[in-house]
Amino acid sequence: MTSEKSGADILIDALCDLGVEVVFGYPGGAVLPIYDAMFRSGRIRHVLVRHEQAATHAAEGYARSTGKPGVVLVTSGPGATNAVTGITDALMDSIPMVVLTGQVPTQLIGTDAFQEADTVGITRHCSKHNYLVKDPARLGDVIHEAFHIATSGRPGPVVVDIPKNVQIATARYTKPGPIKHKTYRPQVKADPHAIEQVVDMLAAAERPVFYVGGGVINSGPAASQLLRELARITGAPVTATLMGLGAFPSSSDQFLGMLGMHGTYEANWAMNQADLIIAFGARFDDRVTGRLDAFSPNSRKVHIDIDRSSINKTVRIDLPVVADVGHALEDMVRVWKARQHPRPDLADWWRRIAGWRAADSLGFPENGTEIMPQRAIRSLHAATAHLSPIITTEVGQHQMWAAQYFGFEAPNKWLTSGGLGTMGYGLPAAIGAQMGNPRALVIDIAGEASIQMNIQELATASQYRLPIKVFILNNEYMGMVRQWQELTYESRYAESYSDSLPDFVKLAEAYGWKGIRIEGPDQLEQGIADMLAHDGPVMVDCMVAKLANCFPMIPSGAAHTDMILQANEVSGTMDDEAKALV
Amino acid sequence: MQIKEEAAASHTLAVMVDNEPGILARIAGLFTARGYNIQSLTVSEITADKAVSRVTIVTSASEHVMEQIIAQLERLVPVHKVVDLTVHGDHVERELAMVKVRGSGDHRIEALRLAEVYRARVVDATTTSFVFEVTGGSAKIDKFIELMGEVGLIEVARTGIVAIARGNAAI
Repeated sequence: MTSEKSGADILIDALCDLGVEVVFGYPGGAVLPIYDAMFRSGRIRHVLVRHEQAATHAAEGYARSTGKPGVVLVTSGPGATNAVTGITDALMDSIPMVVLTGQVPTQLIGTDAFQEADTVGITRHCSKHNYLVKDPARLGDVIHEAFHIATSGRPGPVVVDIPKNVQIATARYTKPGPIKHKTYRPQVKADPHAIEQVVDMLAAAERPVFYVGGGVINSGPAASQLLRELARITGAPVTATLMGLGAFPSSSDQFLGMLGMHGTYEANWAMNQADLIIAFGARFDDRVTGRLDAFSPNSRKVHIDIDRSSINKTVRIDLPVVADVGHALEDMVRVWKARQHPRPDLADWWRRIAGWRAADSLGFPENGTEIMPQRAIRSLHAATAHLSPIITTEVGQHQMWAAQYFGFEAPNKWLTSGGLGTMGYGLPAAIGAQMGNPRALVIDIAGEASIQMNIQELATASQYRLPIKVFILNNEYMGMVRQWQELTYESRYAESYSDSLPDFVKLAEAYGWKGIRIEGPDQLEQGIADMLAHDGPVMVDCMVAKLANCFPMIPSGAAHTDMILQANEVSGTMDDEAKALV
Repeated sequence: MQIKEEAAASHTLAVMVDNEPGILARIAGLFTARGYNIQSLTVSEITADKAVSRVTIVTSASEHVMEQIIAQLERLVPVHKVVDLTVHGDHVERELAMVKVRGSGDHRIEALRLAEVYRARVVDATTTSFVFEVTGGSAKIDKFIELMGEVGLIEVARTGIVAIARGNAAI
């Protein structure tokens, strides 16, 4: 029989048993016993962030780039409430994360005690699951179960709220065996009959499109390889969502680019004209579908997803397949090969796609006097592609330009806040990614507005000597807000100018970073080279064309076929139905 | 601009859940967070070890939203099973109400007479009041309460609907 130990020691033992190497957190009164246990054990690396929201994004960056769950440790009250944005972000983007929150001692719960917040109440609907542990004897099992739930099925954040007296009280802990949960049993393998049907439909399709989402990346690197194999043997065109970028190599002839609101002309037209769409781990988000009643009107639709509630949520599906997308891909490849299907003749379909590609929807005007943001991303890509960098972003125009112009060849290299659209995600996510990938080149492509939302994390990178690069596309506007104001409100720029900006070079230097300013096209390549040459964190303030907008664009409430390709197609107003959409 | 709403039909769901703290808040919160409505919700432990509770929910939604409600409920970690009794087949729905009336003379006599017609039992009486217990479908109870309004109704307590499928099989 093992001897009793404190709840805090049980927690550390359980984390070690689960293979946790790094925790992102911030100490406070209600987690002091856990910090002391971690300090004494010396077995877990702790990254001290400067704000709890950053701990959650760092954990997301770590998780998304390594495939391992991210772990967060914060105190009660404000520690927990500050973490809520990142927890919600991880829920929306299906990121495996376990958030450990301190809580006031059980006898004080409900008394409005100092730094008390109803953490399980607040996080109930922004987490995949959550727990309030009132008994140290339950703590070990709950931690193991929390990791199981966070990492299996559709991944997501799990919150474990631990009152301070539970951290101090003692109990026995033994490592549990494999978890067989009473109620939680995600369906991993697809119904074989459904797989046969998908293969039938694919073999018969004349105009198929693979529509690929973040689920392929969540399923693990093997799923991306299987997707490539399926695309190779079927010859089908592939488009990806924002979260799915990297699941299929952007350099492939079969890749149509991203689809949706800022997707390519060819991806959106192919979706519109397809006779078969197979969604692999994608969820028909409103940013992807545009106007629902005009979405891919003549196609049969197959949806492969591990989360049944994602199927038929917005778009009616002809053939639902509930399964882990990697397993489903493996089955599809196997059945296709076993039947010795020849590669279908899609020549007509590819000819039409070539016609749409000829529109060159990612083309952009240049004048030689100012840096176009699209050019900056292309140059950054050209200078770093051979290093296979991990790219994080903030949220806004720069994020869309990064998605459009930075080609991704492999999964786990593209970390962005898709579902929630959280400004301030990129810098802490880069910290997490660099912690998980010490040798990788990690670049946060940022905007001058977003970067200020978690700017304090410059200090975290300095403290842990993380050689992160932050590349700011500085146009002195909250550019996406300004763009929508141009589209919808006749360019009345209500509060979208980034006034009183700091001097980012001096700011970088104040935090011990190197600062570089790029002011014109003739400095772009040298500035990027200088950034890469510096063995340490660098912040680049790249001054870009102030009024450049992100095209192509499907305006709110429009169909895939109603894309705006260039700024001169913008009318400046919208009807109320369109205005009311997000 | 007008905000449009979809046509909806009433459904009765039986939801088996692990009896853990917060489960009711999880279910109720899911309905509010996703904009579904709840007409009635009842919950009680149904196993000897008190490990499992049965939640009966009456909601109204379009067919498409109904499918989502069930999928979203099933996604909650502590949920064992969700059955749409309305779709599953014939089922029995019952509700219990306790109705307090105060009055004297003819009103008292009329209240007792109506109670008899509705098979309501007197569970408490004073010289100036009755408490009736009445069981049945919601429509019957609505009607009984409406009638009591004319003979001194002062208070109503209702359980909400419980339901079970007809026939010899368990869901």
